Amino acid sequence: MSKSHYYQVGSLILALVFIAVVILLVGGSPLNVLTSIGSGAFGTADQFARVIATLAPLLLCASGLLFTFTAGLYNLGIEGQILLGAIASLIPIRLFQEVLPAPLVIVTAIVAGALGGMLWGLLAGCLKVYGRIDEIFAGVGLNFVADGLALYLIFGPWKKPGVASMSGTEQFSETIWLPTFGDTEASPVALAIALAILLITIIVMRGTYFGLRLKAVGHNLRASYVLGIPSLRQLLSAFAICGTCGGIAGSLQVLAVFHRLIPGISSNLGFLSLLIALLAGSNAWVLLPIAFFFSTLNIGSLQLPLSLDLESSLAGVIQGTLVLFVLLGRGFKEVKS
Amino acid sequence: MDTSEIISILSVAIATSTPLVFATIGETITEGAGVINLSAEGTILLSAMVGFAVAKTTEGLGAFPSLLLGFGFAALTGAAIASIVAFGALTLRQSQVAIGFVLTLLCGDLSSFLGNPFVRIPGPTVPSFKIPILQDIPVIGPLFFQSDLLVYLSFLLIILTWIFFYRTRPGLILRAIGEQPAAAFVRGTNVVFLRYFYTLLGGALVGIGGAAFSLDFKAGWSHRHTAGYGWIALAIVIFGGWNPLRVALSCYLFGILQSLASVAQSTIPNVPTQVFTVAPFVLMILFLLLTSSTGLERLLKFLPPRVGWVLSQTIRSSPPAALGRIFQQD
Repeated sequence: MSKSHYYQVGSLILALVFIAVVILLVGGSPLNVLTSIGSGAFGTADQFARVIATLAPLLLCASGLLFTFTAGLYNLGIEGQILLGAIASLIPIRLFQEVLPAPLVIVTAIVAGALGGMLWGLLAGCLKVYGRIDEIFAGVGLNFVADGLALYLIFGPWKKPGVASMSGTEQFSETIWLPTFGDTEASPVALAIALAILLITIIVMRGTYFGLRLKAVGHNLRASYVLGIPSLRQLLSAFAICGTCGGIAGSLQVLAVFHRLIPGISSNLGFLSLLIALLAGSNAWVLLPIAFFFSTLNIGSLQLPLSLDLESSLAGVIQGTLVLFVLLGRGFKEVKS
Repeated sequence: MDTSEIISILSVAIATSTPLVFATIGETITEGAGVINLSAEGTILLSAMVGFAVAKTTEGLGAFPSLLLGFGFAALTGAAIASIVAFGALTLRQSQVAIGFVLTLLCGDLSSFLGNPFVRIPGPTVPSFKIPILQDIPVIGPLFFQSDLLVYLSFLLIILTWIFFYRTRPGLILRAIGEQPAAAFVRGTNVVFLRYFYTLLGGALVGIGGAAFSLDFKAGWSHRHTAGYGWIALAIVIFGGWNPLRVALSCYLFGILQSLASVAQSTIPNVPTQVFTVAPFVLMILFLLLTSSTGLERLLKFLPPRVGWVLSQTIRSSPPAALGRIFQQD
């Protein structure tokens, strides 16, 4: 084992120790937590289906974020891009659900979602490229604007007949719901789309000039510009691609999971995908296992309040701790070598 | 609306902006030294919880000591989180944005996980304290001197930070390590040590801002109680152009916007208040567009040159030149 591995293994062990201490602090037992999360994620077919249902948006967003990370961008606007995808896909559904055949409505909804997310991503990109506004703050700002827009629609023009409420807009007709495995939340269509986009991401990153140029831009924007790479276009494409992926994720959340627009429909999955992409670094292959693991934690931890009387936010604590220590471990490795 | 109503709206806006004043001044100090502590959102959540939990468990000691302990531990929490950012960014030379972002999520979830026993229970709060004599001055009295000790401390903090930044030698060095760390280093400044110091100091102030929510203006704690305020604080620092005085004024502007939003809500009842919380972000983006691109120059060409020059001097703002950059001594 080379020395660099010591730092990686060491940081993981430290992360686990920290997590164990946090659990002990509230009087819990780390071992019980582990089994409870395991049974919460894999105990029944329904629970496992939920793990799969959460995996799809995570994979989509993390794939998109790999493009922005490679270009050296922190696209914190991913949450808003998911939300805009959800909002945009509701437009054709509301317009055409009585008129067009169901499969056509579903396809137009997904396309609209992708477009909505892409536009929101491009908006952050234009603010960055032409307005010289840092993409982090442009992104966070646009997230809040998207939140406001969703709330306005839910309480304004799209409100439920009768009384508007935080429970969202009215559910649309069951014919437009994406088919699921049996009676569960997991949709094979959503999973297939997510896996296809992950595969495309891997291919683009490894085997195309576009991917190579993106890496060059990410490493040194000025140098690649001087060397004749259309750098600004490259940055904007990264935003557009990431926004598209987020938009599709939002669209699938509407079509497969919620069947309506609710406030906070992204349920922090965008930010969680940022953690996944950070952990994966530049390695697209490991997105799948990490996303699966994080999805397992998210769903498994829902069991904690029932079985151990602990808060389900432990999932976030575990995910955050792991990523933080791995980042610090990478730093140690670089400084020492 | 008569004068007394306007004064009461303004005084509420000023008082309720206090937590944000602490947080934004803290972040201004950190960013002034060239470090971005992106974890403000998580820091405020966690320190609000810690401050409340400590004050609640030490309630038996009496109101004043328990509050003091609460604020003290909140400041320590903020400094501890900032120390991780500083260690990762300054010693390990990793992306400070990445570490700050991870800490935002981690600390937010930690606050929910650890703070579960303290959700929605009554606890100690900062008592109101009107300053004698000063409170009787017309207009100024009700605006500034009829709230509590924390609010007065925030006024003091704003003034002292401004004096420190622009009228003292250490303040000059603080700005130097944010603008030209290499030059400061050549002149014998220990850039890395000072950046550590100001990152921790700024983090502690953000922590006090968190406790100001749970021990004063929101009087208590529950899950995600202060959600959004950390991001707003980061936006306000940009909006205020990294100048302590302008940052503080931006906090008050935000407070006034919020008060107006609740007034607007009673006239347009169908729109939820959340829609109005968007306003500061839209304003921030538009303001940044105006100041950081060439838009400002183009607009100012339409004005008489002297007016244009004064305006551009007051509006223009640029971040510390070395903000977020890694400084390598060798």
